[in-house]
Amino acid sequence: MVSDNNGRSLVVIQLTGGNDYLNTVIPYENELYYDNRPTVHQKQIDVIKLDGELGLSPSMGSIKHLWDDGKVAIVNGIGYPEPNRSHFRSMDIWHTAEPTKVIGDGWLGRAVRDLDPKGENVLTGLNLGRGLPRALSCRGVPVASVGNLESYGLFPDVREEEARRDTLNTFAQMYGGAEGRDAISQFIGETGSAALKGADILRTAPEKYSSSVEYAANPLAQSLKDAAQVMCADLGTRIYYAQHGSFDTHGGQLPTHNKLWGEVSSAVGDFMQDVREHGRDEETLVFVFSEFGRRIKDNGSGTDHGSGGVAFCIGGSVEGGLYGEYPSLKEHDQLEGDLHFNNDFRSTYSTILEGWLGLDAVPIVNGNFEQFDFIRKSKISHKLSGVG
Amino acid sequence: MSGQDIELMAHLMRRAGFGATRGELEEMVDKGYEETVEELLFPQDGPRLGDDVIRRYHVDIHESRIPEPPATEWLYRMVTTSSPLEEKIALFWHGIFASSFSKTQQSRSLAVQIDMFRRFGLGRFDSLLLELSKDPVMIIWLDNQDNHKGAINENFGRELLELFSMGDGNYSEQDIKECARAFTGWTLGNAEYMTARAMKASIWPYGAIAWHFGYRDYDHDDDEKTFLGETGRFNGEDIIEIICRQTATGRFMARHLYDFFVADEASVPQWPYTPPLDPDAIETLARAYVESDHDIRSVLRILFNSDFFKDAKFARVKCPAEFVAGVIRLGGDVDEPSLEMNEAGNLMGYMGQSLFAPPSVEGWHEGTEWINSGSLVERVNFAAEYFNDVEKPGVRDIIERLAKQNGGSFSPEDVVNSCLDLMGPITMSEESTRSALIQHVAKKGDLSLRERESGKAEDDRVAELLGLIAATKEYHRA
Repeated sequence: MVSDNNGRSLVVIQLTGGNDYLNTVIPYENELYYDNRPTVHQKQIDVIKLDGELGLSPSMGSIKHLWDDGKVAIVNGIGYPEPNRSHFRSMDIWHTAEPTKVIGDGWLGRAVRDLDPKGENVLTGLNLGRGLPRALSCRGVPVASVGNLESYGLFPDVREEEARRDTLNTFAQMYGGAEGRDAISQFIGETGSAALKGADILRTAPEKYSSSVEYAANPLAQSLKDAAQVMCADLGTRIYYAQHGSFDTHGGQLPTHNKLWGEVSSAVGDFMQDVREHGRDEETLVFVFSEFGRRIKDNGSGTDHGSGGVAFCIGGSVEGGLYGEYPSLKEHDQLEGDLHFNNDFRSTYSTILEGWLGLDAVPIVNGNFEQFDFIRKSKISHKLSGVG
Repeated sequence: MSGQDIELMAHLMRRAGFGATRGELEEMVDKGYEETVEELLFPQDGPRLGDDVIRRYHVDIHESRIPEPPATEWLYRMVTTSSPLEEKIALFWHGIFASSFSKTQQSRSLAVQIDMFRRFGLGRFDSLLLELSKDPVMIIWLDNQDNHKGAINENFGRELLELFSMGDGNYSEQDIKECARAFTGWTLGNAEYMTARAMKASIWPYGAIAWHFGYRDYDHDDDEKTFLGETGRFNGEDIIEIICRQTATGRFMARHLYDFFVADEASVPQWPYTPPLDPDAIETLARAYVESDHDIRSVLRILFNSDFFKDAKFARVKCPAEFVAGVIRLGGDVDEPSLEMNEAGNLMGYMGQSLFAPPSVEGWHEGTEWINSGSLVERVNFAAEYFNDVEKPGVRDIIERLAKQNGGSFSPEDVVNSCLDLMGPITMSEESTRSALIQHVAKKGDLSLRERESGKAEDDRVAELLGLIAATKEYHRA
């Protein structure tokens, strides 16, 4: 059987700062929610109901539409043992899939390595932002990092067309020269040439793309627009990475949290509509996570760092529904004042790696973790069904 | 003054500092190479942009308000200090004693740790390790506050031997346990107070107050221990004394110093299996370590004055801190604080080196591992744009010097050669780079700086060329 995983892509959205789980997926019928959140709660009437117990934050309308279409899997109570409440350390743990040791390589960098073992495509992994998140970094694995697709590339400050062409030509000559080079020079030359090539290829993406979807101006929406453009240009990119924040809502939480989720929700909604318009929604999986949830009790205006959280998997091939268990708010079930996690984040990672990307998850997450079934068993690819 | 003198001095300053302008290099050549090395080895409290001035502009840094490591604060020091080796040695130790913001989340304590590297980093290795063992960031980073009498936590004990002194293969697992026992009771002095503060003020929990060291006699295991074949009722100081007189320690430190100051070695985990690039050099440095009674300054004196150092021009890949600080020092425009420095501080992170946040306890992977397509684009774009600006004092200085050469008239080849000289001197590893630059300049013909009153188009051409030189393969190397 031919694997049809080759066209599938994963879009990871990191909610930076620690998203407040309780105000994202809200146990709106539970009195303990209102008792613990005298100030920082959503009014029951405003909650977008999913079922008789749980509902979404009022600004998550677009995600509710996708939920109604059966395309949203909500992973409740996600976390890891002995939670760390430091942003940096906890984010490291999510990035490296390693809760006990401090290591440098990221799980998605390892996935890129396994998707493209010979490193043939510099665009297999694409970060939409500056710098490289640790999740995508892996020794010897090239990953492109794009702050803004429109202006991406070398010498963005040289704008005049002829000068730009001359400058890039000179750069190509300087990095492409072959004679008498030592190993360091060889390596820098090859990397520069690859960067130039990657930028050249990426620059073609916006030209090929057209869409009726108008994305919002916020950075996440623009990043997802960039992802859609690269996806539609068929450049072989399999993993995209974007971030939004800051969800670190210690004070004045309600308006900030509503605004942030409004941005995330509409950006994801627009993106899914865009990929559907281009016939790719069944080949696209969006994964949304945050480094931790927040405390059960509010602090009068916001919430402090906690543990136990929620992740979302959204896409045309997702078996929508609730996964994991919603953690109990009862005092004796709590973990030091936090929601108690009940499923390891590496279960979700393993599901994505194996069920979606067709990779062996064990070496990437360094262990065997029970998998969810939120990815629909793949139908016979339409590419194959046309044959004969 | 010969071209070779300038070239050697430029090499010294790229390694012992963050590069130098032509004017600075000329002064140093007048003073002499050995004398310059001596001045570098004895940092003075000379002029630099003062912390008080920086804080007035960067309230965020001063009040530790931003939940991020204080990279910008350190970058100011690197670009304005008149004792560059003081910053360079701190950077060296930061890469080896790599502890991160991720576990402490407290800028103040990290800044205190780096300041300790400045003060002790060129001195006796024993004193440095002792200070390191009492450093609150290190205690938290390697869990020594959880290392108790009767219930040891080996984390610090293990890394002290493996990463901070002798290297893998020179001690047993039993030695690690005995080492950890000796450091029981070495903990934080104000943990309860800091926790109380954190509970009270949740947003910026720790503000400007740092942790400090505390020794708990009642929690210290005072029984007999056998460590590296010696037996006694050792405390931490005794363990450090034993470690520092091991041959393995001298060799391990010699290789680290060679790797950082001379030429990129294989990555540290490979060292037990890969011979050094230059075994004689390591031997020389290891002997200097023993003969000087573990004095880092004395080892560096030998290193900087050695032929193996002088012959290693451009043998290293610049780390992001060297790259960014080097560009800004040569551009020479930081005489007051500006918010643009925050962007420059972030840039080092985009290039793969977030100061105070190394990827793991092993520090950064260096050498060619600094270069990937993302980091290379950041490096090239930053440097090319920085120099392509005739308003920058460093760029103006180069243009003025150029105007005095050749009567101000240049063929494309002459102007490329002169600019390569004034920006470094930079030696081209390949002729193709130079010829690409010459072809680029030749598109607009010869260059004349004689009648510059009539317009600044010619100045712009020089600045553009400086930007392109900063975009070469060679500029990534130190």
